[in-house]
Amino acid sequence: MKRVTNGASPAPAPPLDGSRAAVRRRGGLVAARKAALRGDPAAEASGEASASSGRAAGGPVRGGAGAARKFRRTGGGWTPWLYLAPALVVLGGLLVYPVYQLGLISFLEYTQAQVSGGQPTTFQGFGNYATLFADDQFWQVLLATVVFAAACVVSTLAVGCALAVLLTRVRAVPRLALMLAALGAWATPAITGSTVWLLLFDPDFGPVNRIMGLGDYSWTYGRYSAFALVLLEVVWCSFPFVMVTVYAGIRAVPDEVLEAAALDGASQWRIWRSVLAPMLRPILVVVTIQSIIWDFKVFTQIYVMTNGGGIAGQNLVLNVYAYQKAFASSQYSLGSAIGVVMLLILLAVTLVYLRLLRRQGEEL
Amino acid sequence: MSSSNAVRSAGRFRVRRPWRLAAEASALMIAAVVAFPLYWMVLSAFKPAGEIESTEPRPWTLTPSLDSFRRVFGQQEFGRYFLNSLVVAITVVVVSALIAFLAATAVTRFRFRFRTTLLIMFLIAQMVPIEALTIPLFFQMRDFGQLNTLGSLILPHIAFSLPFAIWMLRGFVKAVPESLEEAAYLDGASRTRFLWQILFPLVFPGLVATSVFSFISTWNDFLFAKSFIISDTSQSTLPMALLVFYKADDPDWGGVMAASTVMTIPVLIFFVLVQRRLVSGLGGAVKD
Repeated sequence: MKRVTNGASPAPAPPLDGSRAAVRRRGGLVAARKAALRGDPAAEASGEASASSGRAAGGPVRGGAGAARKFRRTGGGWTPWLYLAPALVVLGGLLVYPVYQLGLISFLEYTQAQVSGGQPTTFQGFGNYATLFADDQFWQVLLATVVFAAACVVSTLAVGCALAVLLTRVRAVPRLALMLAALGAWATPAITGSTVWLLLFDPDFGPVNRIMGLGDYSWTYGRYSAFALVLLEVVWCSFPFVMVTVYAGIRAVPDEVLEAAALDGASQWRIWRSVLAPMLRPILVVVTIQSIIWDFKVFTQIYVMTNGGGIAGQNLVLNVYAYQKAFASSQYSLGSAIGVVMLLILLAVTLVYLRLLRRQGEEL
Repeated sequence: MSSSNAVRSAGRFRVRRPWRLAAEASALMIAAVVAFPLYWMVLSAFKPAGEIESTEPRPWTLTPSLDSFRRVFGQQEFGRYFLNSLVVAITVVVVSALIAFLAATAVTRFRFRFRTTLLIMFLIAQMVPIEALTIPLFFQMRDFGQLNTLGSLILPHIAFSLPFAIWMLRGFVKAVPESLEEAAYLDGASRTRFLWQILFPLVFPGLVATSVFSFISTWNDFLFAKSFIISDTSQSTLPMALLVFYKADDPDWGGVMAASTVMTIPVLIFFVLVQRRLVSGLGGAVKD
């Protein structure tokens, strides 16, 4: 592949196959020596080569290799489980068990009285869920969460993809500037991002209202303007991930393809829609799913920017709602039931993702 | 810049000149807009009190002052909060990187029963909303006697950064040619030796990229700190210290911005240090 090195361009983004380049740089000594020893130029040369071609390149080798492969491929007995043990212990104890507990609590009567041991816990069956589903506020919050997350995902993807394409159109200096600004936004902790955006849009001291001539319009007072403000902050801090990833993906698309399209007179939009988007499909799937997961779980921004869910809870999303139910009003079982609902929704998203992966014929 | 050079780095398209200039102008403008909140944060941190609370905000200050920073560092044990945050984040990064490295090796270098099932489980685990687990974790930490300790922050964060780290590291471990492993065994290296002396250095850039995510999610954590550190404020972390200045009705904006600046800078430094590897890491994670 052509784009093995980044050339003279000081862009912070190495091409998609940078991981290999980095691997090579880092472990240069060992890797190069071994590769040279094995007379294995294919592994060095093939830019895009992921594991599969590396594997293929290592095919016809010395006699002993077959034995070594067999030795490993049979599974190595307990070795993989030994390597996995720490991860499984940690995940089992701090992820699986809490999920089980969450489900359990959602079926119990669990309030302050039970926490302090004053009253025995009692089994409620689906009682908590019945309470929850009978509550209008729950449905309202659920709807708000879905719409808000969808708006965040769509905006983030649109901004991220547009800027990724823009990055490929400009020379090094503007590219570096945009890249650095985006990395800065990415690096900003959610809580500081929230407070800064609040100050920017502050009715009294913020510059935005001055520039836009909005007087002392309060963004956090109205339901929709408050959501819009949070949305802006969320897009600001999450588009860089999309932009950087998609940009890396575009860089890996062979030049000829794009040149051919341009020569055929395709417009930019057409190139994106008919050439880039299909080629980048796997990457787009990943960033879309990641965005859905992140935006569905927004907590800090809502909590800080709307001061715990807005006036009379108008800006609650499921996450904050569950937190308020559990820790502000000690209705732990209701909070858990909301948590279970969230889990199930995200599980559904995951299953869709897995199907998409399967359809792409990816080997896990 | 010579024109041929310019065309090459301008991208792969022969973009006509006016269009390219327009694109570059908008790129610079967008960069300015994106960077503006950070600029405003630092600026406000240095503004004297009178200027922040002015109804005519100006995008510069002629009399920078350190008052806000003094207030922040003068706050009880702010240094301690900073240290706590650092200890938690670094512990999580190191421990989860090691555990994830081992696990990623297991699922990419070996074929065994339940391998695919495990991978799917890791993927699903990645989706679990940690916020939803605050409730059971709270009781679990209480039963472990970990409430009000840094352990109550470290343990869950290790668990929550693992699935993504394993998933991402997979690509890096995969990228190391298997022939290398065979060569090592033929040369008489043991499995452990191969793991730590050959594979580990090769995968290290991937570990760095991965660690960005665990560092950030831990450093930024607000919910666990708020929920698990309830009475012993000496165990608090930075987000809580920041909120001291932020009261909904009458926030001390200077203090909030100074504390925000202090909290953002370590992450920025970390990002700048690892950004090359981060980008390649994303490529690696996404590609396979």
